[in-house]
Amino acid sequence: MPKRDDLSSILIIGAGPIVIGQACEFDYSGTQACKALKEEGYRVILVNSNPATIMTDPEFADVTYIEPLTVEFLEKIIARERPDALLPTLGGQTALNLSMELHQQGILEKYQVEMIGAKPEAIDKGEDRELFKQAMLKIGLDVARSRTVKSLAEAREAAEFIGSLPLIIRPSFTLGGSGGGIAYNQEEFEAIVANGLDLSPVHEVLIEECLLGWKEYEMEVMRDRKDQCVVICSIENFDPMGVHTGDSITVAPAMTLSDKEFQAMRDASFAVIREIGVETGGSNIQFSLDPQTGRQVVIEMNPRVSRSSALASKATGFPIAKIAAKLAVGYTLDELRNDITRLTPASFEPTIDYVVTKIPRFTFEKFEGSDDSLTSAMKSVGEAMAIGRTFKESMQKALRSLEVGARGFGGGGKWGADTPPDRAEIVAKLATPNAARVHYLRYGFLAGMTLDEIFELTKIDPWFLHQLHEIFTMEQDLKQLSLDTIDTGAFRRAKRFGFSDVQLAHLLGSDFDTVRAARKARGILTTYRLVDTCAAEFEAFTPYYYSSYGDENEVMPSTKQKIMILGGGPNRIGQGIEFDYCCVHASFALREAGYETVMVNSNPETVSTDYDTSDRLYFEPLTLEDVLEIYEQEKCDGVIVQFGGQTPLNLATDLKQRGVNIIGTSPESIDAAEDRKLFAAILHKLGLQQPANRTAMNEHDALAAAHEIGFPVLLRPSFVLGGRGMFIVYSEAEFKGVVRQAFDVMPDKPVLIDKFLEDAIELDVDCISDGTTAVIGGMLEHIEFAGVHSGDAGMVMPPHTLSAPMLQQVRDATHALARELNVIGLMNVQFAIKENELFLIEVNPRASRTIPFVAKAMGTPLAKLAARVMAGATLEELGFTREIVPNHWCVKESVFPFVRFPGATITLSPEMRSTGEVMGLDQDLGVAFAKAQAAAKPGLPTGGNVFLSVKDEDKPRAVDLARRLVRLGFKVFSTGGTAKILAENGVQATRLAKINEGRPTAVDMLKNNDIQLVINTPGGMIPRKDENTIRAAAYAHNVCLMTTVMGAFAAVKGIEALVGTEVGVTPIQDYVKNVRPL
Amino acid sequence: MPTHKPAVLALEDGSVFHGLAFGADATVAGECVFNTSMTGYQEILTDPSYFGQIVTMTASQIGNYGITAADDEAAAPMCSGFVVRELSPIASNWRSQQTLPAYLEKHGIPGISDIDTRTLTKKLRVDGAMKCCLSTLPLTDEAAIERARSWEDIAGSDYVKDVTCQTPYLWGADDPARFNAPYQPVGTTLGILAERPQRFRVAAFDLGAKYTIFRKLIRHGFDVQVFPANASAAMIREYAPDGLFLSNGPGDPAALDYMHRTVMDLIPELPTFGICLGHQMLTHALGGSTFKLKFGHRGGNQPVKNLDTGKVSITAQNHGFATDPQSIEAGGGIVTEINLNDQTVEGLRHRELPVFSVQYHPEAAPGPNDADPLFQDFYNLIAQRLAGKV
Repeated sequence: MPKRDDLSSILIIGAGPIVIGQACEFDYSGTQACKALKEEGYRVILVNSNPATIMTDPEFADVTYIEPLTVEFLEKIIARERPDALLPTLGGQTALNLSMELHQQGILEKYQVEMIGAKPEAIDKGEDRELFKQAMLKIGLDVARSRTVKSLAEAREAAEFIGSLPLIIRPSFTLGGSGGGIAYNQEEFEAIVANGLDLSPVHEVLIEECLLGWKEYEMEVMRDRKDQCVVICSIENFDPMGVHTGDSITVAPAMTLSDKEFQAMRDASFAVIREIGVETGGSNIQFSLDPQTGRQVVIEMNPRVSRSSALASKATGFPIAKIAAKLAVGYTLDELRNDITRLTPASFEPTIDYVVTKIPRFTFEKFEGSDDSLTSAMKSVGEAMAIGRTFKESMQKALRSLEVGARGFGGGGKWGADTPPDRAEIVAKLATPNAARVHYLRYGFLAGMTLDEIFELTKIDPWFLHQLHEIFTMEQDLKQLSLDTIDTGAFRRAKRFGFSDVQLAHLLGSDFDTVRAARKARGILTTYRLVDTCAAEFEAFTPYYYSSYGDENEVMPSTKQKIMILGGGPNRIGQGIEFDYCCVHASFALREAGYETVMVNSNPETVSTDYDTSDRLYFEPLTLEDVLEIYEQEKCDGVIVQFGGQTPLNLATDLKQRGVNIIGTSPESIDAAEDRKLFAAILHKLGLQQPANRTAMNEHDALAAAHEIGFPVLLRPSFVLGGRGMFIVYSEAEFKGVVRQAFDVMPDKPVLIDKFLEDAIELDVDCISDGTTAVIGGMLEHIEFAGVHSGDAGMVMPPHTLSAPMLQQVRDATHALARELNVIGLMNVQFAIKENELFLIEVNPRASRTIPFVAKAMGTPLAKLAARVMAGATLEELGFTREIVPNHWCVKESVFPFVRFPGATITLSPEMRSTGEVMGLDQDLGVAFAKAQAAAKPGLPTGGNVFLSVKDEDKPRAVDLARRLVRLGFKVFSTGGTAKILAENGVQATRLAKINEGRPTAVDMLKNNDIQLVINTPGGMIPRKDENTIRAAAYAHNVCLMTTVMGAFAAVKGIEALVGTEVGVTPIQDYVKNVRPL
Repeated sequence: MPTHKPAVLALEDGSVFHGLAFGADATVAGECVFNTSMTGYQEILTDPSYFGQIVTMTASQIGNYGITAADDEAAAPMCSGFVVRELSPIASNWRSQQTLPAYLEKHGIPGISDIDTRTLTKKLRVDGAMKCCLSTLPLTDEAAIERARSWEDIAGSDYVKDVTCQTPYLWGADDPARFNAPYQPVGTTLGILAERPQRFRVAAFDLGAKYTIFRKLIRHGFDVQVFPANASAAMIREYAPDGLFLSNGPGDPAALDYMHRTVMDLIPELPTFGICLGHQMLTHALGGSTFKLKFGHRGGNQPVKNLDTGKVSITAQNHGFATDPQSIEAGGGIVTEINLNDQTVEGLRHRELPVFSVQYHPEAAPGPNDADPLFQDFYNLIAQRLAGKV
């Protein structure tokens, strides 16, 4: 049966901003789905608030709405577009939840929209814990034994029913599961239950069997309309139960299951997808296995594509999201083709002849005060995946792909020391899961611990431990050798164990270039193998490669001009989807222009690692060795390093020194922008000014420099992205408290000290240049005053408060800089304007985080143009010589992961902490701001109570804020100094007790849902604890929070615009019709 | 633990792979084939259909979960040699009783590890299955190549005589351990079948049968009397079975004309079900012919489409020969299932007689259980026959 022809238009809901647990894998899946449905001739209507996605590029859907992902806005879009169907399973949990709300509120029925892929009943059954449990028991599958109780007596009975301690206690409806825990003895059990009953608003706790230490597996399953089911991939977690699968190291295929166990799990997976009733598409089913008895327990299922399905797609070459979209419109698996083999159908199960390892990446350092142990709540912000012929090779490649300083499993570098830390530290780090645990396994070996001892502490399957021990043993053997004494067999074996040349240099007492040359001289060459879905049973046509050290190289020859694009590696705060977007655009543009593109990346979540984005895909670590090998074997004509964020930039000089042709702006120019002296000379020449600044190589000089300039100063390391280790300091005491941290971020690199401009307006400018012509791409004015990292700041495009002469001054300065730095490609400049004087803060001759936003705002694919320019085209030839200014307002807002890091300080600062961004578009600035807020969540309230408490410097402005809020009908609550100044100025406000000074406090009111807006601006660098408690409570209770006074003014403007206005929705295809060249 | 003892694998085309030895010290020759299953090496090693063959696994980590007696498909490994990319030095699984290398050593089977199995597989895919020699003893490359070339080709060989049972016996009667039910995780009841009210007697030709076929027949309500390949039609009739079963097995199906005749003789009287070589026996019994595939189908991910229902099952396969679809028409054969990868015949039935067979392995072991209902189909067919409906 072919596709359905009773449908003509289909609505796809995206996943919104990048947050922990929902990253760019949903751009990958959504983009695939849009392409798949468009090529079938359906009219695709897409909604996503995230402008940094490829899917929201105007050509991927017929109509694209960058609007808030709320029921209210979705209903407006449905009313306007009248889609026939809604595909709810491709935009993560966000899209699934919204689709359910649209169904529950009768909106789908009202507009006669059919949910395809999964029906509401199936989603309900898959998502509701109790319904799911009953469904599993009904079909003869086992689940963790549990019982809900309302008293201590019932709890004791439940414990008896479930069996032995330890037991897990989960209070119902507490935020983030607080008040729960694991009880190892009776006394602990009674205490946790009593506390949980008390904390639960419904006085109810769940007593559950504890599966800690059991093995954990995932099955990626697909089903079609004819009830044909296939398993795409099995995944085994290296970390046993207790660590969220998103935070676990995972391996595909499953390594320690016998065929009997695997088939039982496969049969169970099909039974689950059938019973839950997911009609078509993919599901992810998680199992736990008792390593002592083989008891198999179903943990949960996701009736949609997921992070794991993206991983499974990249791990096998089977495009789950694309196939899911086709199945949803009526195709069956046997009617679809396997793109990679071309001749065989999609109704098969991929088999792989390699091992895939995924390792999550964490950024605890950005959330001081938070707990860095790994639990059942996900905390990682990104992941790297690596493919090797063996687990050992794949694990070492994954460890070096992570870019956290580790070179692999040992062999020098971070975590690779030759002597272990003390035993107590090792034991502690092994016993409690944490980001570095895998490296502590090696320290355990190094300290002479046995595999049994380590198993007892970690419960990591002995097979994995043994594999790592083999790497360790080889490392120790290599240390006894030198480059002269190692024989070729051992050398080759070391490469097959995944040792990089850098590790070998450390172990053999040599250096990178010498090891590399010696290796090649001995004929130990990297071979590239294909990811072909079928373990070589059929010929593969898609050049998707990974490196290994085998007998044969499968790189297909070609004669076209080739350009390599280096991706950004694992997502981290400061380097994420925006850079992948640029890399994807570079590939699209250069392919269109007739080049062959070679993509190198290690991030499985991305569109760049989709096998049909580039002509050739190398799923490889972004290290000097790995990149050089590909460059040389592919005989590339040039490499683009300026699109993938800091990762490829850090490689640029090393690559160039080894003969690599870096196209676009030269690495020297990129470095000149970072080099204080060179840069000062350039500014002097151009007649531009920057805040007074100094460089220091040690703490003592740094302090002297700060005094010389005068406080407040901005203190920051060089060569970092995302404001890592960046501080604004107002006094010597504060300075001394943080200076060490700034030096620690980039050891041996200087620390920069700048005069901090208070209350200055900041401006981000993106520019494109071909070496002769420079054109401004976009100017974005920050909402907050200078001092907030540009990745976290709210922004408005075009600038909303600056005068035309000032903007002209900015324009001239930007053009001059582009010329002077000989920029070929993109450049981002940050300016500050204080008292109508223009200061230059920073220049980065590379793609910036704002490129996708700017491209969406003005409807011009800047990154594509830049890639063409780098390959030699002029802007004149490309027809882009005049700056374009949107006729509408575009507001960028950021989303933050504070709720995942209890205890962390909630404030905006020069250190970037946001994970994602949203865009608000409207003809009215206030509405655009309100939309951005609604998209970033929670949206602005239009009435109710506001809690207002600001630092001393903001107090004069607080009066105006409060007046306007009162005028809008809000009731103002305040404390201390703010309350006093409001009273003095005749603004009616209710005074609340400060925390610990009486009740009720703002926190009490937040808990009772009595506050709708919090305006709380932190004073001092290290905010007071009670203030943070209020902000944390606002986050926890989903209350709109403003932490800067300028943000608060924007909020008020937004609320004023919302009151009495019917907010509309407009597709970006309509907005970009109205842009005009300047 | 893996040794550092060298081993060699030589192909008839002159290519030689040097790796590390495991298992027994021996030099063997056979047909080199690859299997793409990611799990189930033990079931593959003990599947008598691999008799005369040297098997390489495309999956790169082998031996991880060890060896468990309950997972055996025969009393001992039946292939001639085993080839892997990397051998696990330990076995990590709660059911495991010994390691893979220890098991192979005990049974005299040599193995080679640390060779590029993907390169080997690609060679077999491009040039077809080849004669090869595997040696874990000191042997020159030239000698190994010569040994490979001089091995007698599988085509035209009757291997069944080497693997069939010697005398008839009732399956499970003297050895309840082998009578065991298929693996079932504790706590899970999915897949457990209710006891059937009526059990049927089936006469099963053991042409090199996998244990799990008989285990599944038992589970689906049959009592299984096992017969050697050379049993006459009269011996079968004497047992008075309700149905006839034809098992899998090794070698060239065309070389077994004694079997073809027996089957031809019996199918007009008995509802018949054949698997793999049994399917090929039915092909020949219907006057059809079989031909050798370039490199065969061996793995657990093969898509098979049922031409009646249009549904696709993912199946376990292990065969080097296939039925010529035109050849069975004259004898009343109808193609019922095809492989979607290469459109070859995967199933047939007789136009009038209650007789059917499949080329793939519905008993799985190793591989997917999707085709398990075929055993039930066989049961239903007999029930209908006894009720006078067919």
